[in-house]
Amino acid sequence: MDAVFLARIQFAANITFHILFPSISIALGWVLLFFRFKHLRASDPQQKVDWLRAYRLWTKVFALTFALGVVSGVTMSFQFGTNWPGYMERVGNIAGPLLGYEVLTAFFLEAGFLGVMLFGYHRVGEMVHLGATFLVAFGTLMSAFWILALNSWMQTPAGHEIVNGQFHARSWLEIIFNPSFPYRLVHMVLASALTCAFLLVGISAWQLLKGVATASASRVLRTGLIFAALAAPAQMLAGDFHGLNTLKHQPQKIAAMEGVWETTRGAPLLLFAIPDDAARTNRFELAVPKLASLILRHDPDGEVRGLNEFPSAHPPVFPVFWSFRIMVGTGILMLLVSWVGLWRHWRDGWDFTRMPRPMLKLFAGMTFAGWVATIAGWYVTEIGRQPFIVAGLIRTSDVASRVPSSSIALTLAIYVALYLALLVAYVGVLKYMSETAEKKSKGIAPVGQFQRQGGPA
Amino acid sequence: MTAMSFDELLPLIFIGLMGMSLLVYVVSDGYDLGVGMLMHRATPEERDTMVASIGPFWDANETWLVLGVGLLLVAFPKAHGLVLSELYLPTALMLVGLILRGAAFDFRVKAKADRKAMWDRLFIAGSILASACQGWMLGRYISGFGEGWNYPIFAGAIAVALPMAYALLGSTWLVMKTDGQLQDKAIEWSKIAWPPMVLGLILISMATPWISETVRVRWFTLPAMIAVASIPITAGIALVTVRVLLGSPAVRGALCWLPFALLVLVFFLSFLGLSYSIYPFVVIDRLTVWEAASSPDSLKVILIGVCVTLPVIVGYTGFSYRVFRGKTIELDYA
Ligand code: HDD
Ligand code: HEM
Ligand code: HEM
Repeated sequence: MDAVFLARIQFAANITFHILFPSISIALGWVLLFFRFKHLRASDPQQKVDWLRAYRLWTKVFALTFALGVVSGVTMSFQFGTNWPGYMERVGNIAGPLLGYEVLTAFFLEAGFLGVMLFGYHRVGEMVHLGATFLVAFGTLMSAFWILALNSWMQTPAGHEIVNGQFHARSWLEIIFNPSFPYRLVHMVLASALTCAFLLVGISAWQLLKGVATASASRVLRTGLIFAALAAPAQMLAGDFHGLNTLKHQPQKIAAMEGVWETTRGAPLLLFAIPDDAARTNRFELAVPKLASLILRHDPDGEVRGLNEFPSAHPPVFPVFWSFRIMVGTGILMLLVSWVGLWRHWRDGWDFTRMPRPMLKLFAGMTFAGWVATIAGWYVTEIGRQPFIVAGLIRTSDVASRVPSSSIALTLAIYVALYLALLVAYVGVLKYMSETAEKKSKGIAPVGQFQRQGGPA
Repeated sequence: MTAMSFDELLPLIFIGLMGMSLLVYVVSDGYDLGVGMLMHRATPEERDTMVASIGPFWDANETWLVLGVGLLLVAFPKAHGLVLSELYLPTALMLVGLILRGAAFDFRVKAKADRKAMWDRLFIAGSILASACQGWMLGRYISGFGEGWNYPIFAGAIAVALPMAYALLGSTWLVMKTDGQLQDKAIEWSKIAWPPMVLGLILISMATPWISETVRVRWFTLPAMIAVASIPITAGIALVTVRVLLGSPAVRGALCWLPFALLVLVFFLSFLGLSYSIYPFVVIDRLTVWEAASSPDSLKVILIGVCVTLPVIVGYTGFSYRVFRGKTIELDYA
């Protein structure tokens, strides 16, 4: 197999594994801060214990998630250079400072305060501990900020000039706040919120199903449901704006997402189709007339440019088309489930014991729904940018590694085996921790003693 | 020599920064990895204490590697391509080791109790793999990626010596951070790791001039020779002091920190010596810092960031070490 293809698969496999963990930890840090805050503010002793229990279990989840995010991230930082050496040689002047600032302002901040956040509870004062938690959460956001600035610049490059094939910065403000960056940042942060919310809901529902839940789980469940119910519609709105922006800057990507081959007025929205790149047409179309034009142009007879306008410079259609449908489909499902669930929970007077089992099973089944949508979303974005690595300017094939393909194939096999094993272990341990959270927190101080806790030890 | 312009100076500043962050990485993750390797000689309870002694730090320690490699990538893209293509496989294996170590670190306390031994084994294996690969990479790097029968032997020897150096660093870290029976064991481990580490250091010092003409001329020309001789002499004195301390009762008491501190000094001196050998090359005899550097404009942008953030980073890293100072006690979440 050729080296470029293998290098792409390898990079994609690594970043796919990596993004699973940031997509949880970016939002979970803030949720932990919320749990701590509730714990501190609660006046009822029972509530105090409940929030502390929630904090303990989810801190462990955070620690595990963060560790996997870090080790896979370290791998990413090497792969950037090993898999795309030509990329750094040509756009290093732009990508370099962005990556550099990510390390300096985000990674060190997270890593520096993580120890105090995780293990410092009994060693530092209340405010210092809260501060450390805040800085870790803030660090994850900063990290998303910088890396998404770079990724967005690759989608919609701006603020640079090209001298002898080398990219140079003209305006850092334009580079960072390039046209797609605000949309991508909002969309990704909301994706993280949803991923985390469904994890909270799903694991609490699992505890209820297994009969190991305490009042603490019900608080987490409610928090997660409210969180999801707010984030889901916001995400749809953000996604819509994101799509309109993409239409302006990367029309070929939208054409692939919608499966439009010929430029059409009144383009239909395809619910199902099998795009065929070779025949340049779709098979088995199931369509709603004029809806795509309505969504994209806000006019049922608006024009949507087709793929045939971009010969040899448009992405492979099938994966973009289907990833988009998986993402949007999951998003709609998330909206329905969170709203129906919240309504039901409210009607039951917030009494989780009255939550019907099928509902709980649905929640548990959607524990990792955020992962599915997030990965699908990234596939739309990244595959949709092909055959370019920097949209319209540098082709992916021009910058790939010169490492022999046998070496890449070997390391790819090792990485994939390792990642699959770690993924199975991660899900297994989450399940185990949620089932034993109660036994493990035996050490929690009885209610009477509780008031004294929390200060410096 | 005429005065250098700032633009010509920039690559030197960056090679210095990169070297420093790799040095901080080697010392700080060195003791982590050393502790990880030593775990195979410890009882389950001792293992918990050992992990607890590095628990709050390992993530920040690994970040220095990200910074070092990031600076190589950003400031010297040509060298980055050359170095990491040459070292493609050992780099990948090192990453596998670091992934195993970092993941096992967290899994071991969270998974089912009967899986703990398995995660411990992975933790140990990951630490060994990462250290040995780093040794191999170092060996290949300082011999300028030469071809021939003697080069792999040299790299192989360093792939054994560096883990030993890490083990010594790790065991003296434990001498500092623990007490009682574990401290006694750590002292024994230090004594075992001391000879191979010293041997490795001597080997590197002798082999580098033998392998590279540039290095030979640099070190063995008078009068420079007299001046730079202070580096190996000081390192030698420090190493002997470490060995003497390990045999004395003071190391169980007030001076428990001294062997570790002296070893850090040895690492620093070795780093100075190595820099002196290699300067002004990024890749020995092949690529100088100026040839490999990227455009001054983007280096300046990063330099501003470094000047602002580095003192802050040093500040809160110090804070974290202060919070977890003293002998290690059990770690618990909240
Ligand atoms: C939108 C979010 C996002 C995206 C797209 C990426 N990352 Fe990431 N990364 C994070 C969000 C994040 C994070 C939230 O900051 C992490 C995840 C694990 C963690 O909890 O911190 C992190 C950790 C992390 C680390 C370890 C940091 C440390 O030592 O503490 C490195 C080196 C990278 N990442 C590198 C990369 C590279 C080279 C990427 C792209 C090719 C990348 N990440 C994509
Ligand atoms: C935010 C920083 C990111 C950067 C700078 C980045 C950069 C790149 C680069 C350089 C490629 C190689 C081109 C290619 O293989 O086609 C690529 C491909 C890819 N990336 Fe990203 N990426 C980022 C984030 C992500 C994330 C978070 C994902 C999530 C899963 C992702 C998924 C992929 C996939 C699936 C491919 C392969 C596409 C293909 O081979 O057709 N990327 N990306
Ligand atoms: C339901 C309505 C949604 C719409 C209309 C929508 C729209 C879009 C569009 C148009 C893109 C591609 C942008 C580009 O490449 O230029 C995208 C990317 C993405 N989507 Fe969605 N999305 C929706 C739901 C979701 C959900 C529920 C999630 C995750 C929980 C999600 C996560 C992502 C991610 C991670 C990306 C890649 C990063 C980015 O480009 O922003 N999306 N989305």
